[in-house]
Amino acid sequence: MSLATLLVLADGRLPAGGHAHSGGLETAVSSGRVRDLAGLSGFLHGRLATSGRVAAAFAAAACARTAEWPVWDAGLDARTPSPALRRASRAQGRALLRAGRAMWPVAAVGREPHHPVALGAVAAAAGLDPAAAAVAAAHGTVTGPASAAVRLLGLDPYAVHALLARLAPECDRIAADAASRTAAPVDDLPAAGAPLLDIGAEQHATWEVRLFAS
Amino acid sequence: MRASARIVAEADGRGGTRLAVLRGESPLLLRRTGPATAGGATVHLVGGAAGPLRGDDLRLEIEVGPGAELDVRSVAASLALPGRPGMPPSRLAVRAAVASGAALRWLPEPLIAASGCDHRTTTHVEVAAGGRLVWRDDLVCGRHGEPAGDVRTRTTIRYAGATLYRHDLAIGPDAPGWAGAAVLGGPPHEPAGAAQATDPPHKPSGAGWATGSVIVAGPDLPPARVLPGDAAVMPLAGPGMLAVAVGTDIRAVRAALDPLCDPVPVPTG
Repeated sequence: MSLATLLVLADGRLPAGGHAHSGGLETAVSSGRVRDLAGLSGFLHGRLATSGRVAAAFAAAACARTAEWPVWDAGLDARTPSPALRRASRAQGRALLRAGRAMWPVAAVGREPHHPVALGAVAAAAGLDPAAAAVAAAHGTVTGPASAAVRLLGLDPYAVHALLARLAPECDRIAADAASRTAAPVDDLPAAGAPLLDIGAEQHATWEVRLFAS
Repeated sequence: MRASARIVAEADGRGGTRLAVLRGESPLLLRRTGPATAGGATVHLVGGAAGPLRGDDLRLEIEVGPGAELDVRSVAASLALPGRPGMPPSRLAVRAAVASGAALRWLPEPLIAASGCDHRTTTHVEVAAGGRLVWRDDLVCGRHGEPAGDVRTRTTIRYAGATLYRHDLAIGPDAPGWAGAAVLGGPPHEPAGAAQATDPPHKPSGAGWATGSVIVAGPDLPPARVLPGDAAVMPLAGPGMLAVAVGTDIRAVRAALDPLCDPVPVPTG
């Protein structure tokens, strides 16, 4: 497996639209729940343990068993009660597929799959293994809100990246766990929910003016 | 303590519901309550002992047959407590099956995660096409002013043979980030500095916080909307909806969710 290929896929500069999404941070800042570095740290830990864990599991499964993508896509629908978050995930999945198809021959996974399904399929096409797909998924769930925090709160970018570095071992643990579950029935895959991300996404979708798409 | 309980509700053929099986054992004791005139039956869980405590293994099975209507409630909140150290986590497994043309409303009082508890709740509900479900669960993170213990809930709601809703929630010292702003916590709607000024010193993060959810599945769904406070009603991808609320205490959660559960939601067809 090529580590350089994984870096290409996980690079924040990949033109797949990720910069347009704050991963729920914009609402958390607006509501006063995240004001500073400590608040961001709590947000990122919770997001990684919930959305990150689920995204990693489904990216790994979609990488290992890409042909079964409708099962993974339905599994993510059942784990994403917020319509705004389903739309955001599918929009990012579609954008990632477009970028991925310019680089590798990606298998058919529908026009607008959930983002982790697209990530798993693109990773498989790139010759990456399920653990690599999972680590890219877990890492991506925290890097998006971290860079949004610098823009929304004017936080020190060095301190924010120090938070990401401290989360890296947890990303690795989550990815290893995800890669060990790719043979599991879909209902047994992680389903860790985050009520405030769901509620916040629905509130955010009603705003007339916003900096981020989600 | 190991205990199991079972409820089987059937249509009585005269427009009402009879309880073909109503069997429980302490601490899962069951009582039929309320008037038998309204078409449906109501059963209350009446706590027969303190707990659940570490080591407890409780199972509840509910079956609602074609045309029957069943409400399941509890007389008081359940309080997950530590029990003896070294014992395995306390467990409650609830399995329910709702037939076509049947209705089940699960409306228990909250589960309170007392400091030091280690509790797991597993819920698995199968609703046949044409069945109706209202499933409420409220969780309070610690008693007044104390930090929450560990509670993990695992919920699977299936409708017409497909998984409609899969949701796990973990709170307590073993759950990373649960008291952060992505999951349940962070000081909401307060100007900077206000939280520090009003909170008692050393108040544990997330103490007393609460969350609740209502899943409605079937043909008659309430409309989606953002509720006041930190709550929302969300249409699921399948035939159902979820209402979820988060608050600094259980009152905020009740204010958002009770109107969706009582009285019976009116079909909006």
